[in-house]
Amino acid sequence: MEKPYRRRDLLGIRNLSAQDIIGILDTAENFREISNREIKKVPTLRGKTVINLFFESSTRTRTSFELAAKRLSADAVNISVSSSSVSKGETLLDTALNLDAMAPDCIVVRHSSAGVPHQLAKVSRAAIVNAGDGANEHPTQALLDAMTIREHKKKIEGLKVAIIGDILHSRVARSNIHLLTKLGAKVRVAGPGTLVPNDFGHLIDERDSDNPKSKIQNPKLEVVPKIEDAIEGADVVMILRIQRERQDSAYFPTLREYSIHYGLTNDRLNLAKKDAIVLHPGPMNRGIEISSDVADSSRSLILDQVKYGVAVRMAVLYLATGGSMTSS
Amino acid sequence: MKLLISNGHLIDPAAPENTGMSVLIEDGRVSSWLRPGENPPEGCEVFDASGLLVAPGFIDMHVHLREPGQEHKETIASGCAAAVAGGWTSVCPMPNTTPVNDNAAITRYMIEQAERANLANVFPVGAITKSSDGSELAEMGEMKSAGAVAVSDDGRPVPNAGIMRRAMQYAHDFDLPVVDHCEDKSLSSGGVMHEGKLSLLLGLKGMPALAEEIDTVRDIILARETGAHIHIAHVSTKGAIEAVRRAKNEGINVTCEVTPHHFTLTDVAVEGYDTNTKMSPPLRSEEHLEAILEGLKDGTIDAIATDHAPHHADEKALEYDRAPFGITGLETAIGLAFNQLVHKGIIDLARLVELCSTNPAKIFRLKDRGTLKPGSIADITIIDPELKWTYRNSESKSKSRNSPFDEREFTGRAVATIVGGRIVYGEVR
Repeated sequence: MEKPYRRRDLLGIRNLSAQDIIGILDTAENFREISNREIKKVPTLRGKTVINLFFESSTRTRTSFELAAKRLSADAVNISVSSSSVSKGETLLDTALNLDAMAPDCIVVRHSSAGVPHQLAKVSRAAIVNAGDGANEHPTQALLDAMTIREHKKKIEGLKVAIIGDILHSRVARSNIHLLTKLGAKVRVAGPGTLVPNDFGHLIDERDSDNPKSKIQNPKLEVVPKIEDAIEGADVVMILRIQRERQDSAYFPTLREYSIHYGLTNDRLNLAKKDAIVLHPGPMNRGIEISSDVADSSRSLILDQVKYGVAVRMAVLYLATGGSMTSS
Repeated sequence: MKLLISNGHLIDPAAPENTGMSVLIEDGRVSSWLRPGENPPEGCEVFDASGLLVAPGFIDMHVHLREPGQEHKETIASGCAAAVAGGWTSVCPMPNTTPVNDNAAITRYMIEQAERANLANVFPVGAITKSSDGSELAEMGEMKSAGAVAVSDDGRPVPNAGIMRRAMQYAHDFDLPVVDHCEDKSLSSGGVMHEGKLSLLLGLKGMPALAEEIDTVRDIILARETGAHIHIAHVSTKGAIEAVRRAKNEGINVTCEVTPHHFTLTDVAVEGYDTNTKMSPPLRSEEHLEAILEGLKDGTIDAIATDHAPHHADEKALEYDRAPFGITGLETAIGLAFNQLVHKGIIDLARLVELCSTNPAKIFRLKDRGTLKPGSIADITIIDPELKWTYRNSESKSKSRNSPFDEREFTGRAVATIVGGRIVYGEVR
């Protein structure tokens, strides 16, 4: 299909360059103060239409995208499809083509199946922004995490980041691994072996091009066996949500055992650097993957993450609909 | 009615290389080979096969023709039209129809529909268990009498080793090969692509290679124990190929086939989430593809079969993890075999004919097929090995369009297909 104008999809972090990522973050910085104004609205996207197409329930992300669009004066329409398109007897393709025919400038899509934004991008004229697709990516979450880290650590390069929990099913983990390693952080992932396959260590291509078989010295990404090893000396500890439905699939015996062996407690957090910060993509299962005293401590920046989410999504919508990046 | 295929390059297990033999067909059978310069009998139609390869008819051991029950995807007539357009003179449809081909009446119905279509030969594969639900044996003896050439529960492989053992013991009495889609579903269920780095990267649930390997090894042990002939469908993993190689060395009665897509593509093709890259077994990683090429070279792999699995466009236009498994394959197989194997020097023409005709005929005990020696049935595939062409889904003879090879360029294709002495595809030239 002919694309009438050049549009910019945001399908994932994986295919972005470090420069693209920094450009988006810098653009987001410029949008931050709008949310602090008395009148939280600028005319930047007046006349543009954004459709939030959510095939999977979401409170935080959907509200964040909606506020981002509205604060930029775009017309935002929310569509929640209870389950997949199949249940309505309409194919995914038909759903996409029907919405696209209404000439939106941008479609923000969340779906429980990996790859749906990529499939839509092939047929739609509107820019596609991925708001989370299955276990694949959640690029705006990684961007808002990066913005939070930059705010508190003033940089990302050289930081040690621990990502703990259900890596296998986590789109947040994937997007963060791509983003953080592209910007020069060292990432260590840990959790139960059933949820952290060893192959994850090879997720990003770190081979020495001259000597592809050699073992990488000082890799940017590492799977470590114990969560304590991952947290030791970390600047940032990122905790992933345990999806309770996974418990039925026997990835681990009980939530109780998970919380004892893999939950982030103050004792475990004390292994990290004194000024380490704690991130969680929400919604939290208090007392399971994160103890309440950690969640409520000053080291936990969970509400900052939510705050920066609006600025990041303003930047993403602005860039997707034709705006230019702020250069730092 | 006499037809002479003259001046072609005859490739047949019984033919000496490059002798310029012409093949004379009378009453549906090959009556004799004529040497260069030998005069054909009077009143004989002549097909000038100069520059072309003349091979015993290709036999696709593994297709899904969807009839009865899913005629919106394919019918026996449309599937046979695709088969002959792709150079296949015979196809062996799997029993996963609706209802399942688990009794003689359905087997007979399929053969009758093929006779009505009057294009390719159809040799059905019957079910191992009733409804292919893995519990009670189907009436294999009756299905064989009706024309079934093997038994298989195809995509619903018998999970219970005890039942599989009895199935092999029983099939062995009727000299029926047991075809198994080897997949231990306790390891692969919910998976939609090969498990590995790519599945982690794309966030799709993986189907580990070991699910195929474990089931292959189980079947080989059962074949050793029962003496039955086990045919491993569409091998796709290094481990399964190595297991078959070891078993053959031990003299166990095992054969196997590979699909053109598994010797062509890897899981890298799944990037972009095109549902026409979703099939079972899934596209594997590079090391498995290399093992397949090795198995094709050294003889471990006996046959090339397409696993032609048509699905309606609407069924494939879904989320990757919800779309059905399978791709069409009848019309692209020869092109892929030439592009990936013959022109790259991995196999020679004699081996190609062995893989696509001679061995399938032997494995499924198809008498007087897989060769063109005088007396055999005149099923012939005529190929132009240098013809450049482009495959287009929109031009497919199949009712479905689910091929990942749309717009792919090929060098080599069947230009005529002869079934029982009758040209069913292509024209006399």
